[in-house]
Parts: sequence; structure tokens; C-alpha cells
Amino acid sequence: GDVFKLTLETDEDLVTEIRLKYFDTVPVAASMCVLRTGFLFVASEFGNHYLYQIAHLGDDDEPTFSSAIPLDQGDTFYFAPRPLRNLVMVDELDSLCPVMDCQVADLAREDSAQLFTLCGRGPRSSLRVLRHGLEISEMAVSDLPGSPNAVWTVKRFSDEEFDSYIVVSFVNATLVLSIGETVEEVTDSGFLGTTPTLQCGQLGADALVQVYPDGIRHIRADKRINEWRAPGKRIIARCAVNQRQVAIALAGGELVYFEMDAAGQLNEYTERKDMSADVVCMALGRVPPGEQRCRFLAVGLSDNTVRIVSLDPADCLAPLSLQALPAPPDGGGDVGWSAGTHYLNIGLQNGVLLRALIDPVTGDLSDTRTRYLGSRPVKLFRVFVQGSEAVLAISSRSWLYYTYQSRFHLTPLSYGSLEFASGFSSEQCLEGIVAISASTLRILSLEKLGTVFNQVTFPLQYTPRRLLLHESGQAVLIETEHNAFTEDSKQQKKRQIAQEMLEQAGADGDRSGDAQLVREMAAAFLSENLPEPVFGAPKPGAGMWASVIRVMRPLTGQTAQIIRLQQNEAALSICLCRFACNPMESYLLVGIVKDMTLAPRSVGGAVLRTYRVVGALERLDFLHETAVEDAPQAMCPFQGRVLVSVGRVLRIYDLGKQKMLRKCETKALPNYIVSVAAFGDRVVAADVQESVFWMRYRASDNQLLVFADDSLPRWVTCLAMLDQFSVAVGDKFGNISVLRLPPDAVEDDADDVGDLGSARGSLFDRGGLLGSSSQKCVAECTFHVGEALSSLRKTSLVPGENDCLLYTTISGSVGIALPLASKEEHDLFQHLELHLRSQHLSLLGRDHLQFRSMYFPNRRVIDGDLCEMFNNLEPARQKEIAQELDRTPSELSKKLEDIRTRFAF
Amino acid sequence: ISVMGERFNVHTQLEHLQAKYVGTGHADTNKWEWLTNQHRDTCASVQGHPDLLNMIAIAENESRARVRFNLMEKMLQPCGPPPEKTEV
Repeated sequence: GDVFKLTLETDEDLVTEIRLKYFDTVPVAASMCVLRTGFLFVASEFGNHYLYQIAHLGDDDEPTFSSAIPLDQGDTFYFAPRPLRNLVMVDELDSLCPVMDCQVADLAREDSAQLFTLCGRGPRSSLRVLRHGLEISEMAVSDLPGSPNAVWTVKRFSDEEFDSYIVVSFVNATLVLSIGETVEEVTDSGFLGTTPTLQCGQLGADALVQVYPDGIRHIRADKRINEWRAPGKRIIARCAVNQRQVAIALAGGELVYFEMDAAGQLNEYTERKDMSADVVCMALGRVPPGEQRCRFLAVGLSDNTVRIVSLDPADCLAPLSLQALPAPPDGGGDVGWSAGTHYLNIGLQNGVLLRALIDPVTGDLSDTRTRYLGSRPVKLFRVFVQGSEAVLAISSRSWLYYTYQSRFHLTPLSYGSLEFASGFSSEQCLEGIVAISASTLRILSLEKLGTVFNQVTFPLQYTPRRLLLHESGQAVLIETEHNAFTEDSKQQKKRQIAQEMLEQAGADGDRSGDAQLVREMAAAFLSENLPEPVFGAPKPGAGMWASVIRVMRPLTGQTAQIIRLQQNEAALSICLCRFACNPMESYLLVGIVKDMTLAPRSVGGAVLRTYRVVGALERLDFLHETAVEDAPQAMCPFQGRVLVSVGRVLRIYDLGKQKMLRKCETKALPNYIVSVAAFGDRVVAADVQESVFWMRYRASDNQLLVFADDSLPRWVTCLAMLDQFSVAVGDKFGNISVLRLPPDAVEDDADDVGDLGSARGSLFDRGGLLGSSSQKCVAECTFHVGEALSSLRKTSLVPGENDCLLYTTISGSVGIALPLASKEEHDLFQHLELHLRSQHLSLLGRDHLQFRSMYFPNRRVIDGDLCEMFNNLEPARQKEIAQELDRTPSELSKKLEDIRTRFAF
Repeated sequence: ISVMGERFNVHTQLEHLQAKYVGTGHADTNKWEWLTNQHRDTCASVQGHPDLLNMIAIAENESRARVRFNLMEKMLQPCGPPPEKTEV
């Protein structure tokens, strides 16, 4: 990753001299790009990408090496790497590349699962916890007296850039705070402090309004106060306020409407409207620019309806339209304004957010979409994101519905529960949220808009290979690196080099001054510790391995225990299992090879190390070591014992006192076993080259018998059993296949004992000579993803019974394959895919069907990403396609959104 | 003469095919040629597909550019020099 500055001295068209100077060290880059504004973007090979600002042009006194200086054979120039001097890091772009392994579980006890991914290569590796949600940074937290129930931010003038006041309402008082360097209480704002507030805001150009249960207070710029009192003993139950209009509902369902006139006076409309039921919530949209008023008032009633009431002077307070709701609405409906269309958002008490389109002319409600947000009633608040309005919906979890890069996003916030919120803008925090959470006032800021996952990264030392999670919240993982030193070897090598330096100086001459200098240099060399994630680790050469077993808590990143293996020992696989002979204890088996060479693959020796798990995976205690002949690449617990692959042989081992005891063996697989899974009596083993082999374990005579295999070669990298007949296989060329046993597959031919003990088809399977079984599994689904797959998990990402197949790739993508439930759904999406294929949307000019059928014909898998590109087509094309499918474009968009959120996010 | 013409035709056709599609074999292709073409094809494929290159780079702990360079060098004579032509 060292960057050099090269200067070419030219004499007209000929280069006479090349001068080379060390510039800085950045992560190893796949590509670099210099921007004219003086920035350098480094697209890293593996790991996060960085944007640097070029602060200096390397015109310092770093030694320059010139082509004019003669060099002897074998001689070279040296430079000393140092921290960044000419570049300043400005921004970092997260990248998961490569994802080596992934586990999905809800260890943090949140509503939806977290993804634990092992990413990266070498010293820049990390364990990343991916959560669906926006990252929130907490800017300030302050305690409030008593228990607040609402908060608003108010500007004093309509053209003010930042908010002036934070108004907090309590059960029987209102507190006004000013926003500045510090947050201080303000007593002369004009707001009434002795009563709770229902709503407050800025009116007209320079006036304020406060609605409280007994009335409305209009505070003019010159501190004059106009009050309107609620008649008789009635109190104001709900209200809605925008810059020119105030609408209130008195207890009992009577609507009163106020509008601001040109003189800045708030005038009450002469008539009041009696609604047939109690008003639960009200909302007014913003006044459109250039107009006098917002034409619609949305009123949610306790009879499970929402009504749109007109505020046009011609037919003020006349009802326009009505929509029945599946559940009662919750206080806090909101009318959102987005890019020319009017969306009404309503939060319901059953935790559902409902979105409907208001026709701007007639006020009719149409195209309703619902989304389940959480277990508590949904409250809505208006905030600003990227300059446009967004809706913050608070339920058991908070969600933000916003527009970013002309796409709508509904993402949860990765933060604790909130009770009330409002948009906030100040000099320090341009677009934030002020919120109340359990009698504290919090100011939050949103980071990294538009991303699906937020990442928490914990650094690791070597390339991580496998991860196992434990219910207690602990995890165990192995890190293995080729061409790397272990810590011990590194220190040893350093001492050796320092020793050589001293000896060299001693051999050269006996000048006492120089000897001292050399001793100092040697000491400096020994103590120097260049951070490896920045400068890379020293490379000893091929055939040298460093490996580590790590027990850590993935949510906090705290390492409980590191077991360092010797130089040239490499951990390949791990397995957490319980044995029938000792069911109370849990054991961790680690498959370790010694002196492995990569190509051609050979091992100097291999062992299985058994560790006893102490407590809830707090510690591992070494138990014993068992020598095996070849690399133990795959392991899997099986019926109280463990299946271990040793090269191409699959064995069942049991726990013994001194070592693991070999119980059963099969040599059925031809090359090298890569992965093993078990389901009941069935075992599926994947060969590196020859796809999967189905075996049955016959307990009566302790044999593993192959009864079915695949007819095509597949270079399997990962494997997930979907059920007892089907297995999903990911391969190194980037294909996902689902292989299923034919319905008439027979596991065991009772009559056929066979002289070599094979199952049905003994004619074909004489000791694996022909290497083939007579029963073949069928590739039910095949799809070319485009990137080599590193893991496949059958898991559920959202609460509910909806299992999907999650895959991760070496290039850093995370994707899901979801099962279609009905034939209608399948037909719809298949036709949609066909239409989109004919649109030729590929930037590279590829044919979609050809790409997805790169290695095997695309069968029974519909490309969901292509279907979702329907939303990006021009409206005319969308209408064309939708018509062919007998639907409207919004119905199709809704269907796409629904199927995505049913399984994931 | 017609037989000679036929044989001449097949030979040029084959040469043409071999020029257009490198690695095309014929009845007299020997084992060395066949294996060399396979090795070269594999090296080229690994360099061309980003994920195959990534897998090798991660396994060997080398940068992708270094792996590409090594594969390029290997493409020169992947199976060693051609075997001595035995005199008939």
C-alpha cells in the first residue's frame, strides 16, 4: 500500500531521469482516483475504502531515489514507512469485502435478527455486526425534571435558519428552553408555563402560537398576546397547526377552525363542525408555497375512520372523503408532502403505519399501503431530512420514512425507545431530532442515510475463516493466515535481525562510536511497532501459517480468550458439539493442519484438538489431541457423536478419554470433502469438485452408505440443508442451486447387503470405483449470482415464521432468496421479470437470461433485483407493463414492497 | 488430385480455427499441447473473473495484482518446455 511520487525528467520527447520518492502508505488499492479538487479516493482491494485530502505534494525532505544513481546487482534502496504526512483522511466508505462467513441470530434481543459477518483479509480483518437500521449519533442528553410528555422546536421568525426554542410539555407545566451554546430556560418567550401544551408552532412571519387544553395563545412579535378561551367547561382535546391555520377539536368531537389573515390576526371561522365521534388525531399539511392555506384537514375519529375535511373558504369544514381503518388511529396523524404528491400517514393503535394518497383536487383517499412497525401504537412526528419533510414513526421501535436520492426508505433507527420527537436544527446540528425518552431530553443526529445496514466493526488479527455462535451471546471463531508470522515467531525474527545488525557492525570495524550507534539502532528496531492494519504484516514466505482460536462476545467486541497456535499450524474448521457419552458438557473440536502447502495441496500432519467448554463459552480448556491423516476441512455434530472429514474420507468420531475414537468411515467421495451437514439419519457431504453425496447412516451395522448423488459437477463452497430432501448449494463460480432427492428415492435396499456393503445400486458402487450412485438428485432451482458464494444460511430475518435463504459472497454482497408462496405470485413475478428483461436495462449490454444462466440454465428462480427495477422505469413504461399484467403501477410497486418486507427489509 | 485438395482444405480450415479459437485441437494434438492450453485457459479465466482471483488472493495472502502477475508468468510455459520431437 505504499504510494510513491514519480517525477519524470524529460528532454523534449525522451525521458532522461526518473525520480522516486516515498509519499504515504494507504491500504492496498484496487484503484485510485485523484479529483481536481485535491482529493484522492482509494478503492481498497479488501476492506473499507477511503477518501483523503492531498494536504501536501510531497515536497518535503524525504530521500529521493534517482534512476541516475547506479545500483549493484541485488542492491536496493530503503525508505522508512511513517504515518500519514501528505494525506489527511476525510471519509471512510464501509465495505464488507470479502465476507468469509456469516451467522444470523438475534443475540441482542431486538425485534429482528443481527448478521454477524467475518470480513476482511490479513490485519485489516474484522467481525462486523450488521443491523437493519439507521445509525444514530447522540449529540446531547439532559435530564428533565418530572416526566415530560411532549417536545417541539419553534423558530421565532419564519425565515430563521435555526430553531430558537425547545418547548417541553409536562403534565401540568410547560418549559421553554433556548437553543444556543448551552440550553437555558427562557421565561419571556410569551408561552404560558403553567399549563401543559397540546401543540405550539410559528405563525405567519413572526408570531407564535400555543394550544393548551383551555385555549389558544397567539403571541405577536411585539409580545402582545391574544387569547382565545375554550367555551364553557369544554377543553381542547386535539389540534393541528401550520404556518397560517389552526384547527382544534373540543372534547366531544366539535371542530373549530382558525385562519390567519393578511394583517396577522387569527380569525375564527364562524361555523363549527360537529363530528359524529370523538376526534383522536388531526393533521394539517404545510401551506404550499404561493398559496394562502392548506386545503385539507385530516381528522381521525374513534369510529375507526379518517376523514378529509375541506378548508376552502367556499365550503369550509365540509367533509370531502372518508376512509375506514383496520384499527383505531393513534393521536399524532400527520400529513406529509412529498414531491408533488400528498401522502397522508396515519399511525394506528395496532402498530401499523398506514399511508394513503390524497387527491389534491377532490381530497379523495386512494392507494393505501400498510406496514407493521411494532407492538405499540404508532405515533408520527414531522422531521426534516436532507431538506425535505420526513416522518418519524415511533412504536416499540422508531422508524424513519424519508426520501433519499429520489427513493423512499422506511428504515428503523438503531436506538432505544423514544416517546416523543420533533425535528431540530441548530448551528452544531443542522438536521437532527430532539426527542424525549424516559424523562431525558436527547438530541440525535442521523448518519449515513440510504444505507440498509449499520455496521459495528471489531478488528481481528488474521483472516477469519469460521464463526460459531452460542446462545449465551458468546462466539468462537478461527483466524488463519497463509504467509504470516505468529506473534512468537515475529518477536523471534526481530531479535534475530537485531542480533545480525549488531554482528554486522562488529564485523565491519571496531570503532566504539559506531558500535554505540548500531546498538541504538538495534534497540530502536526492536521497539518499533508499525501498526499492522495500516502498514501490513511482515511476510515470511509460502508455506508459513499463523492461526488463532478466539472466544469473543460479538456484541461488545470483547475477547474472552485467544488460543494461539504454533507457527505453521492452521485451523481449518470448528464444531461445537455434545456427545451422548457425556451429555452435560459441551466440547469444541478444532481441525488443525501442520505445514500445509496450497498448490498442490498437501499436509505435513493434521490433528483434531478437543477443548472442553467451560460455563457459557467463557473459556476453553484443552482436553486432548487426536492425530489424523489428512486435512479435517468439515465437521458437524451427528446423533451424539461428530462427523469429521479427513481429506476425502468421512468418519464418525466419538469422545474418548485420551483421544477421539474412530467409529465409522466411508471413502465414497472422490476428491476432498468441503462441507458436511446432517438431518436425522441422513448425511449430506459436498466434494470440492463433484457436488453433493447423500448418505444414510445405518446404525445396525455402523455404516455410512451413499444412496444418491448429483449428475453434474459443482465446485461447492457452502451448503445449507433446507429439509430432509433438499439442500441448497453455493459454488465457487457464483451459482446457487437447490438440489432435491427424487420422491421415489430409496435410502436402503433391505435385500441388498452387497459384498462391499453398499446401498441400492451396488453394481455401480463397488467400493467407489465408478464413483457414482444410481439415484440422482434433481437441480430444482439454479441461479447465477455472479459472485463466488461464501456462506448459505436458512434463517429468518424478521420476527415471524418466514424463513429465507441468506447468502453472502466473497465480493461482499449479502442477499436473500425467498420462497414464493402461491402460483399467482409466481406467475405475476415471472411475467414481470419477462417484461423487464425486454427493457434491456443492463449498462453493460448483457442479456439478462444469458447472464443468469451462465453455468447452468436459470431454473425456477426469479431475479428480484430486476423486478424491483420496475420502480425506476419511466411512468409511461411502467403503465405499459402494468397494463399487460392487468394491474396498476402502484399495485405492482406495492406488491414488490410487500414481498420484500415479508421476509426482510 | 482431389484427395490432395481435400487434405489441403482441412488443414487450412484447422489453421483458421486455431487462429480464431486458440486451443483448438486436432487428431495429432499431443498431451503437452492439450494440457498447456488447459492451464493457460484456467490462468486467463482466473484473472478475468474477479471472484476467482479474490479467492486465490485471500488463500495465498497476496495482493490481487501480485496474483495476476504470477498467473501471467505461469502462462508462458505452464507445463514446462515442449517435449523433444522424437524422430520417426
